[in-house]
Amino acid sequence: MNKKQKTLLWRIIIAVIFFVPLYLISEEIIHIPGFPDWALIVLFLIPYLLVGYDIIRKALLGIKNGQVFDENFLMTIATIGAIALGEYGEGVAVMLLYQIGELFQSYAVGKSRRNITELMDIRPDYANIEVDGQLEQVDPDEVEVGSIIVVQPGEKIPLDGVVVEGNSSLNTSALTGESLPRKAEEGSEVLSGSINMSGVLKIRTTTEFDESTASKILDLVENAASRKSKSENFISKFARYYTPIVCIAALVLAVVPPVVMMLMGADLSGHHAVWHIWKDWILRACTFLVISCPCAVVISIPLSFFAGLGGASSQGILIKGSNFLETMSQVRTIAFDKTGTITKGNFVVTTVHKSPIDEKKLLEYAAHAEAHSSHPIARSVREAYGKHIDMNRVTDLEEISGHGIVAKVDGVSVAIGNDKLMNKLGIEHEDCEHVGTILHVALDGVYSGHIVIADEIKENSKEAMAALKAAGVEKLVMLTGDAENVAKSVAAEVGLTDYRAQLLPADKVSCVEELLKECTGNKRLAFVGDGINDAPVLSRADIGIAMGALGSDAAIEAADVVLMDDDPKKIAKAIKISRKCISIVKQNIVFALGIKVICLVLAALGIANMWVAIIADVGVMILAVLNAIRCLFVKNL
Amino acid sequence: MKKSYKIDVDCAACAEKMEVAAKETPGVKDAVVSFMTLKMKVEFEDGADVAAVMKEVYANCKKVEDDCEIYL
Repeated sequence: MNKKQKTLLWRIIIAVIFFVPLYLISEEIIHIPGFPDWALIVLFLIPYLLVGYDIIRKALLGIKNGQVFDENFLMTIATIGAIALGEYGEGVAVMLLYQIGELFQSYAVGKSRRNITELMDIRPDYANIEVDGQLEQVDPDEVEVGSIIVVQPGEKIPLDGVVVEGNSSLNTSALTGESLPRKAEEGSEVLSGSINMSGVLKIRTTTEFDESTASKILDLVENAASRKSKSENFISKFARYYTPIVCIAALVLAVVPPVVMMLMGADLSGHHAVWHIWKDWILRACTFLVISCPCAVVISIPLSFFAGLGGASSQGILIKGSNFLETMSQVRTIAFDKTGTITKGNFVVTTVHKSPIDEKKLLEYAAHAEAHSSHPIARSVREAYGKHIDMNRVTDLEEISGHGIVAKVDGVSVAIGNDKLMNKLGIEHEDCEHVGTILHVALDGVYSGHIVIADEIKENSKEAMAALKAAGVEKLVMLTGDAENVAKSVAAEVGLTDYRAQLLPADKVSCVEELLKECTGNKRLAFVGDGINDAPVLSRADIGIAMGALGSDAAIEAADVVLMDDDPKKIAKAIKISRKCISIVKQNIVFALGIKVICLVLAALGIANMWVAIIADVGVMILAVLNAIRCLFVKNL
Repeated sequence: MKKSYKIDVDCAACAEKMEVAAKETPGVKDAVVSFMTLKMKVEFEDGADVAAVMKEVYANCKKVEDDCEIYL
């Protein structure tokens, strides 16, 4: 609790101590014979002023500055009205309960604000720099690119860089939501915001603080709350009209019924009858004023969204604004880029076919022939071979662009490449029924089989698609530049509903546009890409999701949702988080407004008095705030 | 030009009021107040004198919500 809250708490406690005995006396539960009425009023004013003086002050200031319909003013009028009409107890109690509500709200919001910011807090406080053998703590802002920093076990890595000395494991859960530690050794790139767990690391920094991963993410998260959703805008507009309308209604209620009753010729015999009619209706009007405060909804909606954003970021899902949380919940079609999202984007030798010699031997020849090539396919062949490549065994190497490689390995002439190479050399070859890139190999002019290379599908792609379907996503479409047969087999294997193959980058935009046309009503389309070359598509879709984007500026810039690691299951999770959050927002709107309307009706009918009104008001607010905080608990979705 | 300021305010409705007050200040193109992060983002008109405009924004906010603070 901060100082302001503590003071308020004390004021409330002391006021309650004064109030309770006075109330018991005024209700004649405690009999003190001859206790004068005027003394009761004066004594009631003590707790009233003690607990409400700041409200009254704000109300007066409000009038001075032309802010008439402000909740302070309403509370002041309602309570003074009640006291003036002789309902001292109710008047003081309303002020007291209102302040209790305010205190609770301020405490709960402050606490969840701290919790959520802590959750997202990857801001490093300092960096250690070695000066004359001594470690010195400096502001990460002041560290220049290329400096060597020392990170002790348990400390946050303050700046992105490369490890130059030391071995350790890193906890990157604040960045990615992934709880498995990541290894860091000499030469590995490390990201700011991860926590060093075991060994001392010396790191050469590669970015300034403003450009580092941690500050970029922080920036993104902090800005997220200022992009407001439709529901938030609706509520602030609503609050703007609701309060004045209820106030006018209260005025009408205070004046019209008594006047009408008198004109209709109600029994007005006696001074008391007239007084009673007026008192009754003015009290009902004061009750109206108590209900006119829109606090519960106004506070719980942004709190829900903020908690939702915080919860998502704790799972490695960065959502750039409350509005995207809203759109996310309505996603019914998802278009995927293939490479890097559904597949890993690294090529691997899957099989070796029709080889008359040992497969290992074939790979050995191939790997040596491909020794110099930097093509990802050549790399995958070398990886499949897995042993040291002795360049002395290779002679007469010739690379034929667009065809393949011809070379001599251990004196054997090796030709390795596609159909075109085999045709060119006049070697008869066999086609392969397998999906992927086919490398034919000929040894000394004799066809010796082929190597099949394919991009690997991510382990959880299939599970991810199933989860998305279970979450109610209707269309899962893969967009790829690959050949038809590759696309078809991948789509079938992971369980997509549709695919578009052989697309040029520009075609992807038009494909997404086509799919957008099919989204009717409230259905929204998301595009998932790895952030490389797909910025136009990311921004064209209703919501662009970039995955595995850690460290890619372009992706963080273009996307609306950034998945920090490349697990496709996070997409379904993001949708579930957004749904939970939106449904809590709706619950709160309906619940809080529903109770208000009911109370207004009951108050107008004279069934609900001020006690009911204030308890409903504060109660609704407390429940709505507690409900809103539920948005934070998204781990098991 | 856009700038972000730390603020202090007690209730969500008051933050709303600050936002409206800031938006209506001459020299301010747009303003957003986030009650949850306690931040005010102000987009200034081209060529506006930021310091002078913010002084006005502060005064206007104080008018609608006496109990607020903008850390300039």
